[in-house]
Amino acid sequence: MAIREDQSRFKSIIKGKVRDDFKRYVTNGELIGRREDEFVKIPIPRIDIPTFRYGPKQNEQGVGQGDGDKGDGQGGKPGPGKGEAGDQAGEHMIEVEISMEELAEILGEKLELPKIQPKGAKNIFTEKNKYTGIAPVGPEGLRKFKQTYKKALARYISSGTYNPQDPAIIPIRRDFQYRTVKKTQMPYTKAVVIYMMDVSGSMGDEQKEIVRLESFWINTWLKKHYKGLETRFIIHDASAKEVDEDTFFKTSESGGTLISSAYKLCQQMIQSEYSSSEWNIYPFHFSDGDNWSGEDTRLCLTLLREFFLPHVNVFSYGQVESKYGSGQFLKDLQKEFGTDERLTLSQIEGRDKILSSIKDFLGKGK
Amino acid sequence: MANLTPELEAERKRICKIAKDCGLDCFETIFELISYDQISQFASYGGFPVRYPHWKFGMEYEQLSKSYEYGLSKIYEMVINTDPCYAYLMEGNSMMDQKLVMAHVYGHCDFFKNNIWFSKTNRKMIDQMANHATRVRRYIDRYGYDEVERFIDTCLSLENLIDRHSILNGPPKMTEPKPAINKSEQFMFKVEKSYMKNYINPPDKVADQKAKQFEIDSQKPEFPAEPVRDILSFLIHYAPLEDWQQDILTIIRDESYYFAPQGMTKTLNEGWASYWHSYMMTRHILNDSEIIDFADHHSGTMFMQMGGYNPYKVGIELFRDIEERWNKGQFGREWEQCDDVRERKNWDKKTGLGREKIFEVRKLYNDVNFIDEYLTEDFCVRNRMFVYKLNKETNQFEVDTRDFKAIKAQLLFQMTNFGQPIIKIENANFENRGELLLHHVHEGLDLQPNYMDATMQNMYKIWKRPLNLVTLMDNEPQLFRYDGTEYTRHSLGDEKKSEPEQREFPKS
Repeated sequence: MAIREDQSRFKSIIKGKVRDDFKRYVTNGELIGRREDEFVKIPIPRIDIPTFRYGPKQNEQGVGQGDGDKGDGQGGKPGPGKGEAGDQAGEHMIEVEISMEELAEILGEKLELPKIQPKGAKNIFTEKNKYTGIAPVGPEGLRKFKQTYKKALARYISSGTYNPQDPAIIPIRRDFQYRTVKKTQMPYTKAVVIYMMDVSGSMGDEQKEIVRLESFWINTWLKKHYKGLETRFIIHDASAKEVDEDTFFKTSESGGTLISSAYKLCQQMIQSEYSSSEWNIYPFHFSDGDNWSGEDTRLCLTLLREFFLPHVNVFSYGQVESKYGSGQFLKDLQKEFGTDERLTLSQIEGRDKILSSIKDFLGKGK
Repeated sequence: MANLTPELEAERKRICKIAKDCGLDCFETIFELISYDQISQFASYGGFPVRYPHWKFGMEYEQLSKSYEYGLSKIYEMVINTDPCYAYLMEGNSMMDQKLVMAHVYGHCDFFKNNIWFSKTNRKMIDQMANHATRVRRYIDRYGYDEVERFIDTCLSLENLIDRHSILNGPPKMTEPKPAINKSEQFMFKVEKSYMKNYINPPDKVADQKAKQFEIDSQKPEFPAEPVRDILSFLIHYAPLEDWQQDILTIIRDESYYFAPQGMTKTLNEGWASYWHSYMMTRHILNDSEIIDFADHHSGTMFMQMGGYNPYKVGIELFRDIEERWNKGQFGREWEQCDDVRERKNWDKKTGLGREKIFEVRKLYNDVNFIDEYLTEDFCVRNRMFVYKLNKETNQFEVDTRDFKAIKAQLLFQMTNFGQPIIKIENANFENRGELLLHHVHEGLDLQPNYMDATMQNMYKIWKRPLNLVTLMDNEPQLFRYDGTEYTRHSLGDEKKSEPEQREFPKS
């Protein structure tokens, strides 16, 4: 149908609008709130063809019908759109649905992110069963009506018994067609993202919001590359524990910070569940860069050098600027590892920097 | 073509016969049974199976199909004004709905065939639209999708700038030659050596020539001689366009003119069709089991929402009122002059002219003169009509007045020029510089500034010379100017009249 052509043209215009304005959506948390399974709803200004038309006052007056005296309210509210004084009127918003996949694509295009090369595991294949084959025998539950009908019809026509006046088709045993299993080889990639976050007193709400936004976009991108991506969440102050996503973003503890506690827990997690020969592992750690002691920092560095860097795809550390943090940890890491490819460091000064930080993390294509 | 089920076909024949017996005079009407997806497609194409490719149809489709899927709206009926008439029924509607739609469609059909405003429309518009599509596709092949799409966007921005009054006369003939733009000081000779300047172009001679030139300029006839409402046709004739662009602009204008009468007769047309579906359904078509469903559906259609005007409701009530008045002889001088309430109430001269009268109305009127002539004070009181206004403090609509004159004025305003601003070309050689001077006939409402700005920029793309628009904004006459790079506004207040920019204003 020709309308499909127009529709896809319209959709690509919309996507172009989203792309143009992408930064605003990235730094705006409400988008994540609108997530519905595989889709996000994005409000964009209605694209409109301008014409000479009357201003907003046109809709403020009209003819109605019914009871009531002068001054009686009619209950009806004017259309959507906030009527704040002095605001530009007539800006209608429409919501467009965009799949996470498309969103990831836009993110990728915008930041010019390279495709991720899953490490190792290239030669591991799994056999998967797909019901795409057709066979003349099978359980009744898998009978394909359409194919059976076609077969029967063909038999009728070829034998000359088809009567258009009485087009009843009665299939016989050998007309029946069934779905059947076909084995397909699937390349086998598994990936896990482990988010660690410092929730000590010095991490404020704004810092956590930044982490939340950033991890949402990182997830979106990684999900595009790994079907069935697993995510794990660890929070820590002086001690670390595993939590669910919701708690991860909401918890605020007070007290000291021992980064090594989180790294140790993460290490256990990887050792027990995610063998590095099978899994693509992405640990992300966000903190404000404050650690309790130099000794603990040294412990972290050892863990990184000896365990994490050899085993994971890339270890990412994001330092969120906060009033209280000293930001020392980032400097320590830089000093220790310099330009080691397996470690990415990023400093996030504020919301505006989220995009460039994502680029830091994912720009290596690992 | 028609693919109705035998049951529907039988009903169609029956309803067609009933319509004929009622005196409706239709083109042959072909009903097609289609799925909701197809109906959304046709609806986004304005009822037609094929249109030129453009994203606005895609947007329309997206909205229609979504709102159907979410159960927010449903299109019941669609009919195209062609000969034969095509109408669509949706698969899966109940039998009662289908019958209702058919009865309604025959009403529309009769209206299309007989109303005078449709007498000039192209009844082969389906073919015409398909031709337009082919032409546009050919241009796309030659000049590229983006280029053509951009130009169509520009044209659509000016789509509503046609002259409704020329619907009956056909497109205006524009034969005046476009005046050449005067290059300043054409009479000067070229000077190669600067010391020769005063010998080749003696200053007193130049001054003389200038004065002469000014005289000639001031005697030049205005162009165009009369203000032009049909701006699209004007641009087609006089704007510096390439052939394909001219053709696309012509396509947009022709389609705009095709749809114009439907916009001009919305209330009348829907009122007429509703009157007849109600008449035929309740008297001849419905069976006992369907009457409740019908009443439910009918009243849903007629419901007049707060803050919204329902052409079905106002139309049907007016037709019924006219029929009753002419049946009882409640018209003419005697009736108008009678002040006695009781006498008026019991007025019945048994003239029985009602049916004849409404057929006459459906033939000769459009929405504006229909409301102007037949909306009476009695009618407004009986139907409890009022004017509402938005109360800015509570952000709610409130009853403003029940004054008959105010109601009528409001309705007429809404309908004049489809509730769109009237814009004219006053001068196409403004300031003798080939600029366009537009005039917005202000009728109480200001133009939407940001849209005006964008539309002028689009018009500039076609006219390729600066544009000026005179309008009243915030109770102050103003001139808006777009010269291709900059958008400026100039007050036309009295104290500034002396400025050369504004010396021709305001004009009547």
